[in-house]
Amino acid sequence: MTLDQPRIIASQAVRPFAASPSFLHAALFAGLAALLAILPALGLYPFVLAQLLCFALFACAFNMLLGFVGLLSFGHAMFFGMASYVAAYTAKSGLASLPFWLPGVGRFDIPVGLPPFAPELAMLTGAAVAAVLGLIVGALAIKRQGIYFAMITLALAQMVYFFSLQAPFTGGENGIQGVPRGHFLGFIDLRDDITLYYVVAAIFFAGFLLIYRIIHSPFGQVLKAIRDNEPRAISLGYRTQRYKLTVFVLSAGLAGLAGGMKAVVSQIATLTDVHWTMSGEVVLMTLVGGMGTIYGPVIGAVIIIAIQTYLNNLGAWVTIVQGTIFVICVMLFREGIAGRLSRWIKRPL
Amino acid sequence: MFELIGVPPQALFGQLLLGLINGSFYALLSLGLAVIFGLLNIINFAHGAQYMLGAFAAYLLLNNPFYSIGYWPALILAPVIVGGLGMLLERNLISQLNVRSKTRPLIFIASFVATFLALAASHLSGGAVPDLASLAGYKLDPAAAYGIAAIGALLFTSLLSATNMLKAPDADQNTDHLYGLLLTFGLAIIIQGLFVNQYGSSGLPYTIPDELKGGQNLGFMFLPIYRGWVIVASLAVCIATWLIIEKTKLGAYLRAATENPTLLSAFGVNVPRLVTFTYGFGVALAGLAGVLAAPIYSVNPNMGADLIIVVFAVVVIGGMGSILGAIVTGFMLGIVEGLTKVFYPEAASVVIFVIMAIVLLIKPAGLFGRTA
Repeated sequence: MTLDQPRIIASQAVRPFAASPSFLHAALFAGLAALLAILPALGLYPFVLAQLLCFALFACAFNMLLGFVGLLSFGHAMFFGMASYVAAYTAKSGLASLPFWLPGVGRFDIPVGLPPFAPELAMLTGAAVAAVLGLIVGALAIKRQGIYFAMITLALAQMVYFFSLQAPFTGGENGIQGVPRGHFLGFIDLRDDITLYYVVAAIFFAGFLLIYRIIHSPFGQVLKAIRDNEPRAISLGYRTQRYKLTVFVLSAGLAGLAGGMKAVVSQIATLTDVHWTMSGEVVLMTLVGGMGTIYGPVIGAVIIIAIQTYLNNLGAWVTIVQGTIFVICVMLFREGIAGRLSRWIKRPL
Repeated sequence: MFELIGVPPQALFGQLLLGLINGSFYALLSLGLAVIFGLLNIINFAHGAQYMLGAFAAYLLLNNPFYSIGYWPALILAPVIVGGLGMLLERNLISQLNVRSKTRPLIFIASFVATFLALAASHLSGGAVPDLASLAGYKLDPAAAYGIAAIGALLFTSLLSATNMLKAPDADQNTDHLYGLLLTFGLAIIIQGLFVNQYGSSGLPYTIPDELKGGQNLGFMFLPIYRGWVIVASLAVCIATWLIIEKTKLGAYLRAATENPTLLSAFGVNVPRLVTFTYGFGVALAGLAGVLAAPIYSVNPNMGADLIIVVFAVVVIGGMGSILGAIVTGFMLGIVEGLTKVFYPEAASVVIFVIMAIVLLIKPAGLFGRTA
């Protein structure tokens, strides 16, 4: 029913992927790794690059849902933003106590007494919280399909937004500022922008490979089957709801990893990361780059972040430019850049 | 002074009234969404922006150098303008969404861009658009000029589509929901961006018309007349819409078109035109809500942005199957929200989403929904 153009590409994709990963993909991964290694030497700002990679990982995690299962989650910013709050808070203040609430008892705190987290632990905590949130939201949302799924995720994301606005630990309108970068794994000093960039690049690359691996596993094949024809997948005996929930949690966790990383990189967690406009941005990145392709979201993130960075002085015109790109992509260019490229070279990207 | 469950009645009824008013807007907006969804099978994400357009249309009809139009004519005129713009949108973009031919949307975009560039160039060189404005002694902001250029381009391209060059095909059974959502999302941020550029994010005042100023003491509470009017008007419009769809021949056509557009067109009904008018009508409902809201909330470009997500939640709770569901759930949730503000204020902004989660757990199709 949905997403017809990527489906055509995917059906071409199934056979070569089911065999061993092609030479093309090995070469592309090597190329990407080399590109990530030399990018700072090209005179680009390592700080901007590191931030860009956070969004690229976010878009890849989102695309795992939209491109490969056909689920349009319009609330993915909640995982990104919530993880960025959790990572920022734990990296800055540690965890003194966990608040609980029980009917009849009221609010009570269980003391934990942890000192400020190391950056890698803060990011992982953020990702874990996002994954748990993903489990709750996913369990609710996969009861409905198509646009209902989109609306439900959007509404639940707005709930998380209001929670972030009111909860005591998020700093309300100010967000959490001055997050310390600390030492990665205890000995890599992240205060240096170049070091920070390489750590982020390594995490991004690992996440990217993980997504590639998930998509090209037997599990990933079932996901594509669900996308192309869910009733048939059910009749083949697959419990599609479980598959959808699993991939939703994975996607939420990876989006959370990206959010936690962003909090450490930019040293701030704010409301913009949880707002629904961020969810729209990640959809746009995926759409521009090419949904249902591996490299598409990365390309899309580069383009959208470049537009935001270099057209920054245009003010509100940036959103108008983004909206126009959105409309043009939906009307004329649904396969995106990577999708179009992969059609030209007749290989899945 | 007696107390009701530990809450002073003034506060309780005040919040109930506020809830009813919010409920009126939820009902009007989710009704428009339901009408559009029924026939076009798309979720109109631009609905919030169109609600904002309604409020701005009323504001601009009042505060312009040409001819100041007051509240009552605006109540008719603004929805007509907003609905008309919606019809242009449907004709030119939404109906082209699932056209399989590659050239048709290309021709459309090309002619749109060309016209827009021509008008924008004429503006930059001091041509037609600012000339007209300077004749009337009105200094036009560039953003407004581009907005006029965009509307002009839309008009031009719809003229083209009227001459069969870009004629929309019959309604497609396999309308792709997601792309409709994404398209209208893109349109919504364009519209909002244009208005933020022109008017900034701060609110503009719109005064209450003289006839509706003041209030009435009901004994247990003080009722501002304008607020009472909003509730009555919205209820009347909702019921009228429901009657049109359920009881008239036009409504029968509409319902038939949602079931089987191909069969209906075989009976000689112009389905594409029906679709365009329905979209226009749904958008006009949003515009009307905007005009009603203008004197209550300050008119600002972001007024619809967060409201639309609440309305989506209302739609999920009510279930998209029925028009009645949209109306009843809209009012009901407004009241629930108002009551929460009295008894547990911290949860007021999230209570609707909590209810949505509970309803999804118990009845995934929604309270009034027919199918899961």
